[in-house]
Parts: sequence; C-alpha cells; structure tokens
Amino acid sequence: MERLLAVSSSPHIHAAQDTRAVMGWVLIALAPAGAAGVYFLGLRALAVMAVCVVFSVLAEYVWQKGMKQQSTSGDLSAAVTGLLLAYNLPPTIPFWMAAVGSLFAIIVVKQFFGGIGFNIVNPALAGRAMMLTSWPVAMTTWTIDGVSGATPLALIKGGSAELPALCDVFIGNIGGCIGETSAIALLIGFAILLAKKIVSWHIPVVYVATVAALSAVLGRPAGPVYEIFCGGLMLGAIFMATDYTTSPMTRKGQVLFALGCGLLTTLIRTFGGYPEGVSYSILIMNLTVPLIDKLLRPRVFGEVKKHG
Amino acid sequence: MKLPTFWGGTHPPQKKEFTADKKIEQYLPLGDLVFPMAQNLGAPCKPVVKKGDAVLAGQKLGDTEAFVSAPVLSSVSGTVKEIGLKLTSSGILEESVVVENDGRYELDPSWQPLPDYEQIDPKEYVKRIRDAGIVGFGGATFPTAVKLSPPPDKAIKWVLVNAVECEPYLTCDDRLMREDPEKIVGGLRLMLRLFPDAKGVIAIENNKPEAIEIMQKTAAPYADRISVQPLAVKYPQGAEKMVIEAVTKQEYPVTALPADVGCIVLNTRTTHQIWQAIAEGKPVLTRIITVTGEAVAEPKNLEMPLGTSVRELVDFCGGFKEQPVKILSGGPMMGVTIKSIDIPVVKSTSGILALTAKTACMAAETPCIRCGRCVEACPVGLQPQLMNAFALLRDYAAFEENFGMNCIECGSCSYVCPAHRFLTPSFRDGKQTIMAMRRKAATK
Ligand code: SF4
Ligand code: SF4
Repeated sequence: MERLLAVSSSPHIHAAQDTRAVMGWVLIALAPAGAAGVYFLGLRALAVMAVCVVFSVLAEYVWQKGMKQQSTSGDLSAAVTGLLLAYNLPPTIPFWMAAVGSLFAIIVVKQFFGGIGFNIVNPALAGRAMMLTSWPVAMTTWTIDGVSGATPLALIKGGSAELPALCDVFIGNIGGCIGETSAIALLIGFAILLAKKIVSWHIPVVYVATVAALSAVLGRPAGPVYEIFCGGLMLGAIFMATDYTTSPMTRKGQVLFALGCGLLTTLIRTFGGYPEGVSYSILIMNLTVPLIDKLLRPRVFGEVKKHG
Repeated sequence: MKLPTFWGGTHPPQKKEFTADKKIEQYLPLGDLVFPMAQNLGAPCKPVVKKGDAVLAGQKLGDTEAFVSAPVLSSVSGTVKEIGLKLTSSGILEESVVVENDGRYELDPSWQPLPDYEQIDPKEYVKRIRDAGIVGFGGATFPTAVKLSPPPDKAIKWVLVNAVECEPYLTCDDRLMREDPEKIVGGLRLMLRLFPDAKGVIAIENNKPEAIEIMQKTAAPYADRISVQPLAVKYPQGAEKMVIEAVTKQEYPVTALPADVGCIVLNTRTTHQIWQAIAEGKPVLTRIITVTGEAVAEPKNLEMPLGTSVRELVDFCGGFKEQPVKILSGGPMMGVTIKSIDIPVVKSTSGILALTAKTACMAAETPCIRCGRCVEACPVGLQPQLMNAFALLRDYAAFEENFGMNCIECGSCSYVCPAHRFLTPSFRDGKQTIMAMRRKAATK
C-alpha cells in the first residue's frame, strides 16, 4: 500500500482559504449593501444585480470554453465582478445595457488581458466607465416611480442648498447607484472583510481619510463627514480599490495608492465635470500599480538597498 | 509584553498536542540497522569496515578526509552484514553499511569522557565533536565541528541554542528540554568556554511554557552568561536567520554566515549531544524524533539507535489507523516526502509524519490573484509571486535580480497562497538550477 504514497515538494499543508473562499467572503461582505439597495431603491435593483452576475459568470465560462482554457468560473471572481458592476449602476438602467456592461468587463477588461490576476484595471469599474461614456443619460437617471432621486453629490455640484440629511445619507435613504446608497451597510461589509482577513485596513481607511482631510482643506460646502458618506466613496474604498489584482502588493504601496485615490477623488468632485470621482480615480490609480510595486518593494532581509 | 520575533511569517496550526505530553520512550530495534554513508551536508563518507567485521557501538563505519564532513558510527554492537545500496529518505538508493545487531549495545571502550573537560583547552572539544559524528540536528545536518571553527577574525558574541521548534507537529526538542535540561545547559556552558566573549541564549518559542520554565531554572546558576529568551509563536521562527533577527536584532546578506554577525546557532539536541560526547564519552548513537500525524494510531516521541527502520517505529506506534497519503521525514512545512517506510532513521530525521488526505494539501494550482499574502508572509522580504513567474519562465537572471537566491525555502508563501501556487517548490528548483549553472561556470 505504501507504493501509493504521494511524493511532492514541501510545504505539505495549506491555509484553508483558497481563491473561491476569498471571493465567497467578498460576496458575503457585499450582501448587506445589496440588501440596502433593494430596500431603498426597490426590487428592480435586485433584477439588475441578477442580470450582471449571470452575464458575467456566463461570459467567463463561454470565453474560457471557447479559448479551450481551464475554467476558473468556479472561483466566484466573475460573480464578484458582476455584482460590483451592478452596485455601480442606477436601478433604472435598462437590462440590456447592464448585460453589455458585464460582457465588456469580463471579456475585454479581464480575459483579453489574461484572466484573473492579469487585468490591469478593475473590470467592474472599467465596465461602468464604458457604460457612462456610451449611455450617459441612462447612467445618470436616478428617477424611481416619478420621484427624482438626484444624488447628494449632484446636488452639491448643482449648488443646491437642500441636501438630504446626514443620517439619511448614512443609512442609505438617498438616490444613487444600487450599492452605494447605504454607508452603514458597506461598513458592515468592511468589518466582515477585516474579520476574515480578506483585506487589510490600509486602502479603505487611508482613502477615506484623505478625502475627508482634503474636503475640509478645500472647504467643500457639505463638510468632510458628509463627503465621505455620500456617493460611491465607501463602495469604492472598501470593495473596488482593494481589488487584489489592481492594487499594490505591499502595505507601503497600498497606502500610497490610497492617497492617490483620495486626492484624485476630491479633485474631480471639486473641479471636474462629473459630480463623482471615485471610479475614475481608482481606474487612474490602477494604472500606476506596476510602478508603485516596482518602487515600494519589501525590504529584503540583510540586503542593503541596491537602487535608491 | 510583546515578545521578540521577526518580520513576516505565518501561523500554521500547531498540532503539537498529539505528542507534547508524551515522554520520550526508548525503542530498541528488532531488525538490522542501515547506515547510509551520506548523512551530513558536505562530503559523504566512505565505508571503513568490511563485510563480516565485528563492530562495537560508537565504532566508525564510514569516514572521509574532507573538511566539511562527519564520520558515521555504528549505533549498536554486532556484525557488518552487507555493504550496498539501500533506499533512504532522499528517495534514492545510497551506499550504506548494514549491521546485524547482537542486542548487547556494547560501547567501544575507547569512548570515554574527555578528562578534565571543564579545565582543558576548549579547542579539544572541536575534535571530539567531529569524532563523535555530531551534525546540526535541526535538519540541515551541517557538521558541527566545522560550524564551531569560524575564521579567527570573527568575534563570536552569541552562542544561540535554537530551541524554537516552530515546525508544526514536532515536539521532540520540547520533550528533551523538559526531561533532560541539565545536559543542554551543560553543552552550552562548554561552548561558552570555546567562545569566551560570547553570551549564551536559549531561544524558545512561547508555546512551550514548561520548557521555558525548566530551562530558566536550570540555567539560573549561570545567569551571568546564559539566559533563556522566549520568542513569539510564529512560523518560521526557528529558521537560523529569524532566530538571529529576533534575539540579536541583526540581519546579514545572503552571502554571509551567522558568524559574520557574531553568532553561532546550535540546535537543542545538538547542544545536548555535545555535552554527552565531551562529558559522558557518548558519541552520536541515537536520534530523538516525533512519530506523529493524523494517520498514526499512537503518536509518540521516541529515542532509537540510528539506522533503525522507520517501519519498526510505525509499528511500535500502533501502525496506521487511517490510510496516509503522504509520509514525511521532518515537519509539514519543510519536511520531505518519503516513498516508503522501509528506510533507516538517519541524522537528518527529525520526525516521521504521516498525513491523511484531509490534512495533506493536494490541491491543484490556479492563477495568482495578486492578493499579496505571500509578500506579507515571506520572512526574508521577497516577492514570491514575481519569483514564481520568473522561475516558471526559466528567466533565471530575473529570478536572481528579485533575490530568488535569498529564499530560505521555509514554505510560508506556499502555505498562505489562496491560489495554491507551488511557490516554494519552484524556488527550490530555481535555486538548484542556478547553483548548478554556477558550478558549471566555475569548472570551465
Ligand atoms: S499568495 Fe498566491 S495568489 Fe496571492 S499574490 Fe502570492 S502567489 Fe499570488
Ligand atoms: S519559501 Fe522563500 S519566498 Fe517563500 S516565504 Fe519562505 S523565504 Fe520567502
């Protein structure tokens, strides 16, 4: 019987959390925000989520079958991308647009670059950016049942004096994209990610703190506290900027990356044409990741720095 | 209080509870004893006996003139039955001397304590340590006498007893400290005579409170030179570089040795054996190992003569209660798989670990998701995901540029990788290939 012993190279044991488990926990952490989205924005939000997830997973499966690659759709990463895309869409978005956005995110942004681990920008955000360029009206229509749900940031941009109350913004009783409406639900998700050690605190905390600090310095009208709880900042900082593939490897790099995201977000919110700047900030910072990784490598034991 | 430790690392499950409370039992072999000639890092030995020779315990079976070497001694008295190729833990057939045990365990009378060992010139210790066949019992089997002969310009300021035992499952060093602490402290005292300017530190991971307490008590009379240092529980705290970092706060480049930062690091059992060889006239005859794992019916800590068949030890532990899928010589993080249990216990055997399908990771590789866990875990500050890509591309220049040669093969990165990348194995291969290329370039 001992002839059947496996021969292999060490180590021989393994931490329990595999890629699928990691992605599974991300999905669980995303659930509270999704529930809040459905509660405040209606059942249509649920339908949008379903469309995005189904099309993302199917797109990955069919692409890999077609390319005769080993299928990775069991790792749940496509489901995460689909759900994140849905969270960045208004609940009123036509379903076919949501489907096209999902296909774009998975096939063009993820698979064209080599699949999981190789894409250079966040697929969900790139999908959203493509949709915003292609269908700007549909992507910024927040009207539900005839009630205008203009987002607080759009109101700030428009110079409106009547902003929703801070507590409504915090709980989620405001207009906006499906996943970004409730800051508290997103924070619960953050707690889950931290507890399961899926992400570290560095990117979300530094990102949000930078936005708060800069909003105060630049004298944004609603004040720093209001700024950080509205719009996609919590969603972006907790779930988008922390995407493994498109964020730096080291803690030092992550802090620099988050500072950059925070800076760009506030600048776009203040000076840009769009009311919201989270997606573009993260996409731009995604592109700097290879550089950051090169500059801020870990210090090697006992070796003096070779290049300064 | 925060205990000293190193940067990075990981926390595999300890699994020491199987054997932590089991006393070291003596096991006497039933069958023949097999002594492979290659049992240390460096040059292998050549047999110095012939078939049919009568041998005593402690008598040389093999030796060599090479500097980096240690002789192989018979662990029992009996007759040389055969000299030939035998399967060893390395998985290949190696030249070995087989001794038929006469069951009397008669020690060669020339083995006596070094007279006046507390007074003599400590240089004599080094010769005795070589003759006794002592090597680093932590697993690397570097000949101890060579380690104790650093170039004279290196001022040795620390003699560290590495009693960390950070590999999961293994408990033999823990038991040895709890059962025979005087000889460990004794061995360290002798080494402090050899290095008169050095402090002695016994470094123990904080998951062994009994051992820490008993070592502190035993070392108390020598408090002016010897201290016990508890270290944080983290893998690979027992790696030589990590113990030195934790205790002395020093680092050194890949081209340097511990002696370059004033350190000599000795394993627990090695220190114990140094005392036995010098003060008791007892050379390396036995090995103390942990036989454990989910598949073993009754895991135990055992002391047995070198050359004992692993199969006998497994039988003595009640055999397998479950089908093992992997059997290791050593611990789960750095041990090597063995093809068969019909192999002898050698100087490098620190444990026999039988893993079941549930515990041994057999998962397939999936693509790297750039999660950064390997970077967080690497105690040397490497970027395993990058090195892995270069190793697989066979881009050895880039592998070296990214400090691939600094990898200590601790397995932390592979352990944490959610994509189950075979990181450490790819580094082991990469390093070996580069070493081979360097050797080839040197001989040209
Ligand atoms: S731990 Fe594995 S998946 Fe994560 S970055 Fe390292 S190699 Fe990639
Ligand atoms: S095996 Fe090598 S690369 Fe991996 S953690 Fe250990 S030292 Fe670092």
